[in-house]
Amino acid sequence: MALPIYASPLQRAWYYGFRTICTLIFLFLIVPILVILPLSFNAEDFFTFTPEMLRFDPEGYSLKHYRDFFSNSDWQNAVVNSLRIAPMATFLSVSFGTLAAIGLSQPHVPFRRAIMAILISPMIVPLIISAAGMYFFYSRIGLQGTYWGVVMAHAALGIPFVIITVTATLVGFDNSLTRAAANMGAGPVRTFFRIQMPLILPGVISGGLFAFITSFDEVVVVLFVGSAGQKTLPWQMFTGLREQISPTILAVATILIAISIALLTVVELLRRRSERLRGMSPG
Amino acid sequence: MVNTADSSQDIAHSAPVTGPVLGNDGRPLKASLARSLRRQKLRALGLIAPLLIFVLLTFIAPIADMLFRSVENNIVGDVLPRTVVALKDWDETTGELPDNATFKAMALDLKEAVEDKSHTRLGSRLNYEQSGISSLFRQTGRKVKRLDVEETTDFVAAFEDMNKKWMDVENWQTIKAFSGRFTDGYFLAAADLTKGPEGIERVPENEQIYYTLLLRTLKMSLIITFSCILLGYPIAFLLATLPLRTSNLLLILVLLPFWTSLLVRTSAWKVLLQQQGVINDTLVWLGLVADNARLELINNQTGTIIAMTHILLPFMILPLFSVMKTIPPSYVRAAKSLGANDWTAFWRVYFPQSVPGIGAGSILCFILSIGYYITPEIVGGTKGVFISNRIAYHISSSLNWGLAAALGTLLLVVVLGLYWLYDKFVGIDNVKLG
Repeated sequence: MALPIYASPLQRAWYYGFRTICTLIFLFLIVPILVILPLSFNAEDFFTFTPEMLRFDPEGYSLKHYRDFFSNSDWQNAVVNSLRIAPMATFLSVSFGTLAAIGLSQPHVPFRRAIMAILISPMIVPLIISAAGMYFFYSRIGLQGTYWGVVMAHAALGIPFVIITVTATLVGFDNSLTRAAANMGAGPVRTFFRIQMPLILPGVISGGLFAFITSFDEVVVVLFVGSAGQKTLPWQMFTGLREQISPTILAVATILIAISIALLTVVELLRRRSERLRGMSPG
Repeated sequence: MVNTADSSQDIAHSAPVTGPVLGNDGRPLKASLARSLRRQKLRALGLIAPLLIFVLLTFIAPIADMLFRSVENNIVGDVLPRTVVALKDWDETTGELPDNATFKAMALDLKEAVEDKSHTRLGSRLNYEQSGISSLFRQTGRKVKRLDVEETTDFVAAFEDMNKKWMDVENWQTIKAFSGRFTDGYFLAAADLTKGPEGIERVPENEQIYYTLLLRTLKMSLIITFSCILLGYPIAFLLATLPLRTSNLLLILVLLPFWTSLLVRTSAWKVLLQQQGVINDTLVWLGLVADNARLELINNQTGTIIAMTHILLPFMILPLFSVMKTIPPSYVRAAKSLGANDWTAFWRVYFPQSVPGIGAGSILCFILSIGYYITPEIVGGTKGVFISNRIAYHISSSLNWGLAAALGTLLLVVVLGLYWLYDKFVGIDNVKLG
């Protein structure tokens, strides 16, 4: 929507006015995240820019909040717990989810809509309700406050993402390929790992990334289902924000932003690859 | 699977023309087809089954448990079995105390309950319905140990001796009203209603917290959704009209907040909105706000609305963008060539076609917002919290799990109703990620 040369002054004003509004909204979206980055290098324990920082005086900047993060045992435990829980939950949701997505993509599935509704429901139900229900039920069966309780809860929350991304990839999957493989004597397992899996891998990986981020980022459910032994990074941040907020949180936030940029790049690359593959397959 | 040449031969000399068509294994073709279809269905179900069982166990069962807990009321019947039976024949409307036998039953039940201290749990359960009962049970529990059931004949007097409040008919009425296995008491409490002697009535004005809270949750969710439309529409419009290369680049600015951890974004707002925070500092520096009149942006409704709008904005922009991308630009051009000015072309031609996107985005934002817990908890203070914060409070602090379950059930019903709408207008299958 480039501005035509014959535009009237009013149109010209609107054109630039609209762009200004959009720029402001983009700033609203992105600035809160970007402001965190320089603040995390603050040499003082303040949450605002000190005069030294504004003068770009090296004295105003330091890595002390990062040092605190890496030396504080609370934070380090939280990182370890997060890294113990998230991969296991991701593994569970990806392995069950991929199998089920393949099942759901078959042409004749009885009760397809009902099954789909059940499998997607963890994404629909507000987290606080899932957390309440899981807290009640898991304490009945003795899973509350255990590692496996948290892992299973997080796996359940990640499953809808795996189902959605993998079924979306399977829409473009050419079923004659598996038939051809079977025709040449490959068993179902071999067909799956040698033919189907490589082709749907981008979908599986991005579903897995979604599941990982769900678990890695999740705080409501772990607050209720977990106990002190499962204190994850988001939980530690939540306590920090609610009780004595320390600038270390900004250092953690910066590290997490770097991780999300990396993940965003990976998902985008996978999406492009998947689209390219789909363009190549016949039909 | 079926050789057509063979089957036509089969038909030729084995079956009359009207009989079933047979395959070359001698079975009717229809049956073989049905069998293979059945096998396919079973195979598909076999692949789905592990996950389905997993989700049923880890997710659906907890939800069902919550629904059950919102009406479950086993504790009175379990702790006071004899009393519950004895109270069946008592007419609570007369205003007279139950008979001596009922008091005796209560004494026996309490004596047993004191052994495993279940009378205190019962007391706190009934205290939700009538305050003061908890201490009544605790005090009586201490004294009832010394009561000799064999010797005593006048149990009414014995109870009066232990605590005068037993002569209060209201307490007995409460016990009788909540002696069933199931109760609607939690739901009534969640709707600010209470069961009085004359049936269901409203609680006093100043105690109506849940109604106010629900209203506030809905009102603030509407404001947040509306701000998302207001901010999201121009962005989606810009993205949809720009050339693909530029719009892909700008889309990153929308996707980055979407992918950033919720807690990171919430902490960012907590830092920015403080009275000594970056926003207030900037405003003071610009001279827009006096140093001694810094804006109160956090720990109130403003804080919740600003932070939640930022967090939910991508959920509005992405569906809007995907709808706007499908609107052919030639329509607007056609309208203009027919004499419409820019505004008319937009309002009469473009806007109506983007309404489905607004609908999809709004429902999504609204649903996400009414169930939010973390952000209101951190930036909302006391005035900016939602109903979910109350649920969390009842689970972890007041331990009134039944009421938490009832509030959760109400919230769940609202959300599922909205999703049903979403499914009708947009289709759950059209949920897209990233």
